Amino acid sequence: MDFGPHLFVASLEGAITAAVLALTAVGLSIVFGIMRVVNVAHGEFFMLGAVIAWWITSLIAGHPALGFTVALIAAPIIVGALAVICNRFVLHKINYEPERTIVATIGLLYVIQQTTLMTFGPEARPVEAPFNKRIALPWFEFGESGFALTWPWGLSTTTYKLAVIAAAVVILLVLWTVMTRTKIGLIMRATQLDQEMAQAYGIAVNKVYALVFGLGAALAALGAVLVVPIQQAHYLMGDDPLLLSFIVVIIGGLGSVPGTVLAAVLIGMSDGIISVFFTPTLAKILATLLVAFVLIFKPDGLFGKRRE
Amino acid sequence: MTDTKKSSIITSSSGGKIGGQTINKSMNRRTALKTLSAGVGAMAGVGALPGMMGCAHASDEPIRIGFQVHRTGIGAAYGRWYDRTTEAVVKRINDEGGINGRPIEIVAEDDGTDPKRGAEVVEKLATKHKCDVAFGTLFSHVVYGSAPRAGELAIPYFVVSEGHHVASGALNRYTLQPGITDVKSQVEAMGPFIKENLGKKVTMIFPDFAFGHDHRDYFSAAFESLGGEILEKIAIPPTETSFSKYFPKIPRETEVVYHVMVGPAVLTFVKELGEFFGPSRPEIFGFIDSLEAVDLSSPGLEFLEGTYFWEGNPRYAQEDQTEFDKAYREAVGVDESGASISDAKDVSTYAHMFGCWETMYVIKAGMEAAGYNGPDDRQKLIEAVESMTEMPHSMEHPQGAKLFNGKTHQVFGHQYISKVTDGKLVLAHTTSIEDTLYEDEVDYTSMSF
Amino acid sequence: MNQAARSVVLHGLVIALLVAMFFVLPEYHSGNLARILVLAVFAMGYNVLFGYTGLLSLGHALFFASGMYGLGLSIQFLSASPMLAIVIGLITAVVVSGVIGFLALRTTGVAFMIVTLMFAQAGFLTVLFFGKYTRGDEGFVIQRAQRILFGVDLSQPLPRYFAALILFAICLCLIAWMVHSRFGKTLVAIRENEERARMLGYDIQRHKLMAVIISGTMSGAAGAAYALLFGYAGASFAAVQYSILPLLYVLLGGAGTTIGPLIGTVFMFYLIDISSEYTDAYLLIAGLALILLTLFAPHGIAGILRKKLAWLP
Repeated sequence: MDFGPHLFVASLEGAITAAVLALTAVGLSIVFGIMRVVNVAHGEFFMLGAVIAWWITSLIAGHPALGFTVALIAAPIIVGALAVICNRFVLHKINYEPERTIVATIGLLYVIQQTTLMTFGPEARPVEAPFNKRIALPWFEFGESGFALTWPWGLSTTTYKLAVIAAAVVILLVLWTVMTRTKIGLIMRATQLDQEMAQAYGIAVNKVYALVFGLGAALAALGAVLVVPIQQAHYLMGDDPLLLSFIVVIIGGLGSVPGTVLAAVLIGMSDGIISVFFTPTLAKILATLLVAFVLIFKPDGLFGKRRE
Repeated sequence: MTDTKKSSIITSSSGGKIGGQTINKSMNRRTALKTLSAGVGAMAGVGALPGMMGCAHASDEPIRIGFQVHRTGIGAAYGRWYDRTTEAVVKRINDEGGINGRPIEIVAEDDGTDPKRGAEVVEKLATKHKCDVAFGTLFSHVVYGSAPRAGELAIPYFVVSEGHHVASGALNRYTLQPGITDVKSQVEAMGPFIKENLGKKVTMIFPDFAFGHDHRDYFSAAFESLGGEILEKIAIPPTETSFSKYFPKIPRETEVVYHVMVGPAVLTFVKELGEFFGPSRPEIFGFIDSLEAVDLSSPGLEFLEGTYFWEGNPRYAQEDQTEFDKAYREAVGVDESGASISDAKDVSTYAHMFGCWETMYVIKAGMEAAGYNGPDDRQKLIEAVESMTEMPHSMEHPQGAKLFNGKTHQVFGHQYISKVTDGKLVLAHTTSIEDTLYEDEVDYTSMSF
Repeated sequence: MNQAARSVVLHGLVIALLVAMFFVLPEYHSGNLARILVLAVFAMGYNVLFGYTGLLSLGHALFFASGMYGLGLSIQFLSASPMLAIVIGLITAVVVSGVIGFLALRTTGVAFMIVTLMFAQAGFLTVLFFGKYTRGDEGFVIQRAQRILFGVDLSQPLPRYFAALILFAICLCLIAWMVHSRFGKTLVAIRENEERARMLGYDIQRHKLMAVIISGTMSGAAGAAYALLFGYAGASFAAVQYSILPLLYVLLGGAGTTIGPLIGTVFMFYLIDISSEYTDAYLLIAGLALILLTLFAPHGIAGILRKKLAWLP
């Protein structure tokens, strides 16, 4: 494939990676930003979203869009509720102490993974997309006969992949509106700024924490439902999103939702674009080092405020 | 709960049989011993005296085969079917009277598909469970991690891995692979068919780790020596979950895409390959590893229609199905489409799991030839297996006839190439065993024990 | 008894106990203990940085792998003697941890976690990238004949156990001594209050860098020992799980204690080993155990001991 179309395909793939990453990471971002805890089990909530989506769609016969729509609503709610339970009976009990939270959430990770293995099984299971049409993409060329549109071999994407990008944008905008324009958003931001002060003003910090933890998990699950028709549900699929979203959150600047989204775009796109120029594994090495060096030179992330 | 089966022991003797029970592991050992001691009468407490296993009169004592199985981790989908196949073959052997009249007892331990845990499991099987031999490992990094310990503990280690590790000489005299062919012979045997039927210009796509590198190196060498051309070798990082961005690297003039992928993202890989090419795909030849345990009717796989796959053992029952394949399917509980009899969505790892069946029969044949009585006879067992050569197509070798090379500890056999026709894999070509042979790289028999 | 004498007696007792263990325990368990001692060295190395200096790294698999591959590759390709290979392994670990420390210490807190994680991931991928030499994920076997140190065959149970124990004892003594040294006390001061330590005139960066190098080298020594004693080097040891493991060992055993890492390693090893005999769902049990431990033993197992025995170091 020529360079131009190749770069185009890679950027498009990068954009899809970015969209999913943004959805997964934004959940971690609010948990991390507001509660200041590292939830190692975050990737497992993502995995549960995908697995529940498979379960729901396999129960509902008829057009694939039907089951998928139900999954899109139900999976995040179920996962969110589960997260609230985990919060109540584990994290709350250990007072959100950073180190104990890490061990406890590693424990949760084991429990969730093993339970999924025993119930759902070890296979990767597909979920049919509600719609999925391959679309060949045009490319322009400036040749002897002037400007011309061509349809290069292999230059294509699918309607579903484009829809995932659109859905991510919509969801993130809704979240942004909630965070900035509503009372609950105000309460969440107040808790983030100063937990004790928020308490003094009569905010039930415990309830806010439960809500935030549930919301974070639900967002991860939502991302997973969207991505599962592209990938498949598998009990180990939570490991990578965990690492990636963790990275995105830090690069974006702790607790900054726009920063998280921008970082997701940056990482997703660079992952795609770097792959054009190098052999795949070398590209991964370089993309990984890029993240490290961004942080070395901007330790508070790209959009983080310096905190003492 | 789908698969929380404990290792089941199926013992049988002329007196009566306890078949197919699935009981708690710690329980079943006790139950078995109880039954045995009842049978032997005065010889109470045999199980408490493992030292007696070497004695001739302990002939009703079960032969303990340690099963290193991937129940968790990345290999779990394979492990589950290795488990079922092993259970089936042990039941069959025990029903037929066991090995030298002694029943087989399987002691299974999960290795988490991890080389470190794998080595620990081999130690545990040898020193704690006092197994006679260890058996059953699939993933080659686990084989590499575990084999040194097997050698040091002097326990025969029968792997079912299809890696080239054994025949390459990297391991030791105690490690053997008599039940499944290795990747080098599989890959090299594909060259002639691809060149004659599909095309001369090939682009290879493979995972960027040792298994993929074996494909890259052995196939490209074999194919180029036939006069073919490898246009591009695309190595995919193993952590990757989306693939579309790599496909533009496939050169336009490619006549055949050769793909092999493993891991949970394989379905995505195949699907995105289809989306990339759309209506104008080149010929596609893949290793079924890309789709083991995956239903061919999964959404997105329609484009595979008309493409070719290497299969270790044809997943779909063919028109000229042999009686051996039929009986083997029935024993393992697999239907004509290669799925579980009880759940058509539960697709087996048919191309690999026969290795457990055949390896178990090799262990039986080896032990019987060696007059195996207990751990003291382990070296005799190895020598007996090393002296094996031809293994005819039979109930013991339902996948096909085999030729064992005692020097390299590796078996050779027929390879199958199938074409996806109406959503099923239909056998298109069977290679001869000669096509799969290559020069010896090691002579284990010259090494000391 | 003063503090120093108590420390000598206590650690001497631990080592004496471990010597006796080899002769008391059945073969299977003494074999396990050899492995545990090597892993405990890894955890002790981790503890230097995390427990004493307060820096949480998610990249220690890289240091472990540096030692492992430094030793393994030099035996494989330079036909180095085991002794030379150990030295090369240690030098590799020193250099890698020095470079990573120099770069990563420009950050603190969560950014430090991510930077170390990223370097370790890049290291893991590099092992795969050079698959021609490392054989990637599959790894390679270090043959028995290549593992004979001063005429002693390290593949045999007794030499292996005592080789592991010697390494462990050296590291334990080093840390026990460090805790009471000026250097160690400065590290703790940094952990407790970095600003205050700075105002007292300590060179924080230099101390932290030293801590990273000591920690990384100890982890590298564990990696080299693992390869040498168990005859295998592979990429799975460079993967992220092996960065999380020492953190888990240390948190379980008790961070910032000398014998906590050993306790944590023993606990975690046998938790998996024993529960896997009763069920395939051993990770479920391990997970529940971890949750319960955090709920009821906030400072690790050594924390519980210390509550009862206040004089533990």
